[in-house]
Order: sequence, then structure tokens, then C-alpha cells
Amino acid sequence: MNNIIKKYIPQILAILFVVLIFGFLTMNAQTNMDNRGIDFGFGFLSQESSFDVQFSLIEYSGSDSYARAFLVGLLNTLLVSFISIIICTILGIIIGVARLSSNYLIKNSAAWYVEFFRNIPLLLQIFFWYYAALRALPMPEKADAWFGVTYMTVKGYYIPAMVWENLNVFLYSGLASIIAIIVLRNYANKLRDTKGKQIPVLLYSVSLLIVLPLLSFIFGGVTLEFEIPELKKLSKISYIYEGGISLPPELIALVLALSLYTSTFVAECVRAGIEGVSKGQKEAAASVGLTPNQVLKLVIMPQALRIIIPPTTNQYLNLTKNSSLAAAIAYPDLVLVFAGTALMQTGKAIEIVSITMLTYLTISLTIAAIMNWYNKKIEIKEK
Amino acid sequence: MQTLNFLKPNRDNIKNYSIIGSFLVLVSLIDVISNAFLKINLTSFLPGSLTTLFPLIIGLIGLNMMRIDYSGNKKLDLLNKNINTNNFNALLTLVILFSIIKALPQSLSWMIFDATISGDSKDACTGTGACWTYIKVWFRRFMYGMYPNEFHWRINTAFILVIALGFVGYFMKENLKKYLALYYVIIYPVIAYLVIYYLISGGSFGLQWVETGAWGGLSLTFIVSFFCLIFCFPLGMIFALGRRSNLPAIKYISICYIEFWRGVPLITVLFMSSVMFPMFLPEDFFMDKLVRVIIAITLFEAAYCAEVIRGGLQSLPRGQYDAAKSLGMGYWKMHIFVILPQALKLVIPGIANTFLALVKDTPLIFVVGLAELAGMLALAKTNPKWLGFAMEGYIFASIVFWIICYAMSKYSYNLEAKYKTER
Repeated sequence: MNNIIKKYIPQILAILFVVLIFGFLTMNAQTNMDNRGIDFGFGFLSQESSFDVQFSLIEYSGSDSYARAFLVGLLNTLLVSFISIIICTILGIIIGVARLSSNYLIKNSAAWYVEFFRNIPLLLQIFFWYYAALRALPMPEKADAWFGVTYMTVKGYYIPAMVWENLNVFLYSGLASIIAIIVLRNYANKLRDTKGKQIPVLLYSVSLLIVLPLLSFIFGGVTLEFEIPELKKLSKISYIYEGGISLPPELIALVLALSLYTSTFVAECVRAGIEGVSKGQKEAAASVGLTPNQVLKLVIMPQALRIIIPPTTNQYLNLTKNSSLAAAIAYPDLVLVFAGTALMQTGKAIEIVSITMLTYLTISLTIAAIMNWYNKKIEIKEK
Repeated sequence: MQTLNFLKPNRDNIKNYSIIGSFLVLVSLIDVISNAFLKINLTSFLPGSLTTLFPLIIGLIGLNMMRIDYSGNKKLDLLNKNINTNNFNALLTLVILFSIIKALPQSLSWMIFDATISGDSKDACTGTGACWTYIKVWFRRFMYGMYPNEFHWRINTAFILVIALGFVGYFMKENLKKYLALYYVIIYPVIAYLVIYYLISGGSFGLQWVETGAWGGLSLTFIVSFFCLIFCFPLGMIFALGRRSNLPAIKYISICYIEFWRGVPLITVLFMSSVMFPMFLPEDFFMDKLVRVIIAITLFEAAYCAEVIRGGLQSLPRGQYDAAKSLGMGYWKMHIFVILPQALKLVIPGIANTFLALVKDTPLIFVVGLAELAGMLALAKTNPKWLGFAMEGYIFASIVFWIICYAMSKYSYNLEAKYKTER
């Protein structure tokens, strides 16, 4: 009897507490909305949004629905996260390895890089790049060409656009080469396990990846042309580049700040991972006759990655969440487009904020679930 | 016969090699320095791109010649070991050295030599360098926001009082030490709240009322992070214990809470507090925006805090629980007297890191219209009298935040080292 009380009373109380809080809040919301004549519902998603978004990956205009505006924002968020994740990974690995260098200067520059960018709030870094650094760039008519065809101006970065013909053939050939590589790898593994023969898989894979798409150019009728941005005079003093792709300065500032900031954390993960593999492993591998490359590839990296990947994914998640700071410099991401403009227009605070939060929550939980699965898979199974 | 083989220096000719090598390195350094500081190009006789590559090539050859294994010369060995182990390392060394030398004169002249700090209006800034006059004139605004100038002593006094009260724990008498946790978890937050409320807000004791809309600058950053820290810690503890509970209802409520807040970005939480939260309050109930923001950040950080504390709880060996139970302790007795004191000691560095993240997150409250340092900068930047000094403002703010965060991260690192040795 005593046990049952101890077991159930706290649980019932906790549930009651949660239910009461939610009930209280919902009741308030109900009365508030009744008083102000707002009705609750998600019908507004199909209504015409009638606002414009500066930068979008898909076709979008003011006559499209709020749901499409949501999609535009979500895609912009994913775009900026994706680019930043790639850059911060590359930078992070370089800096993390540099921190373990035997060279005094390299080691310390890397350490100072980490200390510097990690200890300045991200929002300030974004503001710095956007309002201070990128504003110092030249006007379009005065910009010098970088690499001959791209232009970095105060209005954004202009790069050539690719104009494809028969793009699908090219994509199929790329897919075919990837499948061929997987088959090849399986075959090579089998050969190694049964006959002890090694074949240079990497060399074959790279050549496959180059040759097959190249063939599609020759036989598949695929053509690729570049549309190069050209200077155009709008009025007496105002110039702009036409053609090509223009990356807005908001995107550049955001990518710079996010990747520089997150790369410091990735660098720390990489360093911890490599340091976490004990020296004995390296010596043992060398003493059984593996070459230094094999030691790195077969012994050190698999163990280091096991330590590196979970915290690094966490950092990627943080980066995705931090990309919502875009709203502060008016990059049209999910928060700005949906929780900002759309909310201002519809006044549906509860619906819109919950959709926004749920979207981020879904992204986070999905990645977390994949990570848990992955961690379970790579866990060292002790007998 | 003394021959010099450039590719394979050896210790037979150590003197020749090291002298020629260091001479070449010196030449390359002189070239770069004269180029950067004096704007003289010593190698202008060389064609085009060779001029820029010249110091690099000369330096590389020089370092290559100095690279003598086991030379017997301690200084040379130390140098080789640290910056010159192979050609790749030597190249990196030179590139880093040269880029530092090249960047130094420009940034120094912008920040110091050509900068202006005199005067008190934009007209004083005529030089090509930074305009620190801007920072000087706006300094009080950056620190205290729109808080009336004549009352700034109130903020200062409040902070000094709160910090002094925080150190009371160090001077407590031995027999009062058992109340330390009670003091920090319950009494201290209440006193701090009263101090800040009556001193900074005013309204009684003859102090003029200053509404929270006028608060701002760096002091607001401190107020927000201080309150969030002291409130999120006990809340985080509750959810950490809840997540490790055996009772399914409590466990899953805690998990839901923690995962929800950890899965959403702070900016949406702030949006929620500013536009959605008022809808959930009773009709005639008004809650100040600052209070709403503090509540939102507290709820948010509590989830992170809970995970840190859970880490500490998990790292305790099972024996501690078993031993406490075998002495006949119940759940609460066991946790208060055995588990938490040990676990909390373990998580102090983690909590310090959470706090660091919290301080770095506070500029975000700018998004909902509270003007702390980043917000004041945005205000100052658009002031028609002071247009065009965004760079100075952000550099100033970055330096301020950098110092705060760097000091805190070093402190938490020290704590980590301190508590590591004790186990």
C-alpha cells in the first residue's frame, strides 16, 4: 500500500500539474482570442500572401500562398545551413589538425583563431560582416573581376550561372557511376577477404566518377554553357549586373559568420577526437607492418571518427538553429519570412510561432534520431 | 674538402650551413618588413610575380639549409623542432610570419596611429583611421542604454551590492556553512531581485521610477544573464532528477521538456515570449517585456542546464546510490545529502560553459526590441549625426564581449582542471 502511494501519487500530481498549466493557458488564449475577434485555425496557409521575398530558391511571387512562403523560408534556411556546414567542416578539420601540429607558429595561430571566433557572440559577428565589412566593398561599376568572371560588390556576389541541356542524362550518368563504385567496393572487399588481393579502389572510383559523366557530354548530347554576369546601367549613377547568379550580401555575411563561428567548435571536436586515440594504437599498428597511410586510414581515423562525429553533428544542429539569426539582418529565412512578415500580416501569433518552432524541432529531432541510430551502430561492442 | 649540398645539410659543415641559412632568412624578412612598413620594394628589379614570391623562396632555401638533425647546438635544435621540421612546415611558418607582418602596419595605423579620440562630435574625425571619438561619446549609452545619466550610480551600486552578496559564501562561519546551498538557491536570488528592483527600477525610497524600456547596454546583458542563471539552475536540477526518475510519467514529462527546448532556436523562443505569450496570460494581467524575456531564456537554458547536471548524476558510480540506500535513506535524503553534493561539484565546469553560452546568447534580445549592447549599436549606427561608424562600434562591442567570454572560458577551464585532480 505504502509503495503504491509512493509510486503513483507523485506521477498523478505531475500529470495534474502539467494538465492544469496547459488548461489554464488554453483557457486564457481562448478568452483573449474571443475578445479580440481572432479565430484559431490554419486556413490562412492557403490564402494569398501578397508580400514579396527578396531571395528565393523556388518561383515565388506575392500571389502565392502563405504555405509557399513558408517553403521559401524553409529552403533559404536549409540553403544557408548547408553551405555553412560544408565550409565550417573544411575549416574545422584544418584548424583542428593545425592545433595538433608540431609547428609552434601554426599551433598557436590555430589556438588563437579558435579563442578569437569562439568568444564573440554570433550576432555581433553577423552584424560585423554585414554592416561593417561587406559595406566596404566596391560599387558594381568599380568592382574588379575575381577569377575573371565573378564580381564581389556591395550589392552581392555575382557568379556565372550554368545553363544545362539534357541535364537529366548527366545526372543519370553520375548516378550510374556512384552505383558502379558501390558494386566495385563490394567486389574489392570480397576479393580482399577471400583471396587476400588488394585493388586500388580509390583510383578506380575517382576515374569512374570522372569518365562516366564525361562520356555523357560526348555521347549523351549534354551541353553546358556559362552565363556570365554583365554590367548594366540602370540610371545615371546606378549600375547592376545582369545574368548569372547573384548571391545577396545577407547570405554571404551569414555564411561567413556561421561557418567561422562553428568551425571553432568543429576544430575542438576534431582535436579531441584525434587526441582521444591512444598512442599505443598507432604504435601497435605500425609494429604489425602497416604503412603510415594505412595506420591513419585503418586504425586512427575509424577510432577518431567515432569520437568526432557525435559532437560534430551536434554542432551542425546548433548551426542550423543559429541560422535563424538571419532575421536580424533581413535574410529571408524561415524566421524572417514566416515568423516575421507573415505573422505581421495575419496576426496569427499562436499558429505561426508554433509552426516555426515545430519545424525546427522536427529538423533537430530527426537528426538526433539518426545520430542515436548511428551511435548505436558504431559503438564498440564489448563482450 | 668542404662541399655544400643544398638539399642535404649535414653537421659537418654546421657553421657554414647555419650562417648562410640564417642570412637568407634574414634577407627574406628584411624584404617583407621593408615592403610592409616602409613601402619600399627592394626586389623591384625582378619580373612580376617573382617579386612577391622572392622572400618566400629565399626563406625556404634558408630554412632548408638550417635544418640539421642533431646539430648539437641547442638553440638551433629548438628552432628546428618547433618551426622547421620539414619543407612543408617551413613553408607554413614563412606564410604565417609574412602575413602577420603584412597585416600589422595596416591594422595598427587604422586602430592607433591614424585614429582620432579627441573632440566630441563627428567633425573631429577627419583622419583615415578609426574614429574612437564615436565610442567615447556613446560610451555611457553602450553601457547603460537609455537609462537617465544622473541615475547611473544606481546601476553601479546595485551591481556592486549583488556581487558583494555573491561572495558572502566565502566568509560564512563554519557552523553556518550547511545553509550555503539554501542561501545560494533561495535567499540570494530573492535578495538580488529586490536589490535590482528597488535600486534600478526605483519607484520607492525617494528614487525615481525608471521603466525597463530605458534599460539597456551592457548592464542589461548582465542583468538578463544573471537572473537567467540563478533561475535556470534549480529548474534544471529538477528536470535532471526528473529525467533519471523511475516513475514513467515524471520521466517522460522531463524528457519532453528538455528535448523541446533543446530542439528550438532561442530566437523563436524570444518571438514566442514577445508575440505569443501575452495571448496566454489572463486578460487584465500585464507582464513586462523584460520579465517575459527573462522567463523565456530561463526556460530555454534550464533544458541545457538539466542535461549538464544529468551528465554529472550519470558519472557517479552506482555504489554511491546503493550505499545511501543501504543506510535507509529515502529518495530525497539520498539525493540531498549524498548524490547532489558530489554531482554538482562535477558539473561546475559544465555549468560555467552553459553560462558562457547564455552570455553569448543575450545579444539576441535585440530581436524583440530590448536594446542591450548590440541594440544600442544599431541605434547609434542609424543616428544621423554619427553615420558611417559601424566598424568602430562592432569592433568595440566585439572586444568587450571577447574579454568577458575569454575570461569566463579560462575560468571554467581552471575549474575543470581543479576538480579533475580531486577524483
